Amino acid sequence: MEEQKYLKNVVTLEFYFIKCTGCGMCETVCPHSVFEVKEGKAHITERDLCMECGACAKNCPTEAIRVKAGVGCAGAIIMGALTGKEPTCGHSDDSKKSCCG
Amino acid sequence: MEETINKKYIIGFMDTEAGKIPKVPTALNIVDKWGTFRVRWSFNRMGYTVTPGIYAVGNPNRDSLVLVSANYKLSFDVLRQAIKGMDAYIMVIDTNGINVWCAAGKGTFGTSEIVNRIEITELKKLVNHWNIILPQLGAPGVSAYEVKRLSGFSVIYGPIRAVDIKAFINAGMKASKKMRQVRFSIYDRLLLVPMEIMSGLKYILWAAFITVLLSGFSKTVYSTTTAVIAGAHSVLILILAYLSGTIFGPLLLPWLPGRSFSFKGGILGLLLFAILCVTGFIGKNLIESIAWLFLIPAINSFIVMNFTGASTYTSLSGVRKEMRIAVPLQVIFAFIGIVLYVISRFI
Repeated sequence: MEEQKYLKNVVTLEFYFIKCTGCGMCETVCPHSVFEVKEGKAHITERDLCMECGACAKNCPTEAIRVKAGVGCAGAIIMGALTGKEPTCGHSDDSKKSCCG
Repeated sequence: MEETINKKYIIGFMDTEAGKIPKVPTALNIVDKWGTFRVRWSFNRMGYTVTPGIYAVGNPNRDSLVLVSANYKLSFDVLRQAIKGMDAYIMVIDTNGINVWCAAGKGTFGTSEIVNRIEITELKKLVNHWNIILPQLGAPGVSAYEVKRLSGFSVIYGPIRAVDIKAFINAGMKASKKMRQVRFSIYDRLLLVPMEIMSGLKYILWAAFITVLLSGFSKTVYSTTTAVIAGAHSVLILILAYLSGTIFGPLLLPWLPGRSFSFKGGILGLLLFAILCVTGFIGKNLIESIAWLFLIPAINSFIVMNFTGASTYTSLSGVRKEMRIAVPLQVIFAFIGIVLYVISRFI
């Protein structure tokens, strides 16, 4: 089936090539294959495929990747706006109200 | 965490140096299957948990693999089914009953819980090696090098889908590119439809109630008979709009034009409006028809916009961007629609 793509030029993903050691963790953890290791360094293949899950940044041992991680969920953003908090899945500790599970 | 379901899936115990460990089969029994069906329809989804700890599949020994899972029973069931014929341990960590990916996003499927669970379960006494296999989708919450530093255990990120776990192990802990990519196939989306239908049920009941109330107005008097008769017709349109958004929104997602979900929803609404006009459902009263032209796309735009949360490829920045434009438009459209609907009652 065709590849599903979201909005263009919107994600906060930043990659600092100079810090990269080419360990390949980003390539392993990214669910959309945004990174590819070539000639000992990671490269961004298609930035617009990034969904800002934050897995790459969290697992990069040299902090070569930065991304403002979060959930791409309208419901979470609405709840976040109403409660004045950052949008998260299951916006409160009362997990009964969570929409994912 | 309290166990809220019966433990019919435990078929015995094995004694180990790390204590008694429950054994679980790799096939689901009728209770498991019924549970799966119920949570897909959103019943008691938040209480569908497994007690955190170590479970044994087959007859594992000190060299057997350790696979990590969330304590959402659906996640646990999918994993144990996928390792049929293997001897392995499953380490269930406490994610408050939330699935791996969502819990990783929240951080509950995370570094500290894994490190703690390794301590609590005395994993070091159970196995001779220093490896744990995590689902790839746990990575947003877990820092592999931190887990290594704090617990001594190396994190191996397995494939995204549990069904690929055997192929991954057989390939020497290597995942193909496909195993590393999340999908959102029509089947994946179909599985989400029941939950979508259930999610907004109470709102649609309220909307139906208000529609019936508004339908009672006329030039002369407020009539409860008109409210019920004209109201019933409008409620039916409302329900059709709701079902179109919750069923066809997910199913037709890649084929609806545009990239923003709210736009896709708006188009879906226009489509439904056109169908209802052609079939004569809408059209007897011009102003009421125009009201629906605003209302149906607004409703469907909102519903499909909310499907971003269930999708596997939308980013927070992207959803924020589309909402800045879409939400004000939805509010304006809905407002115009309601005003026109009330006006149409008096003509």
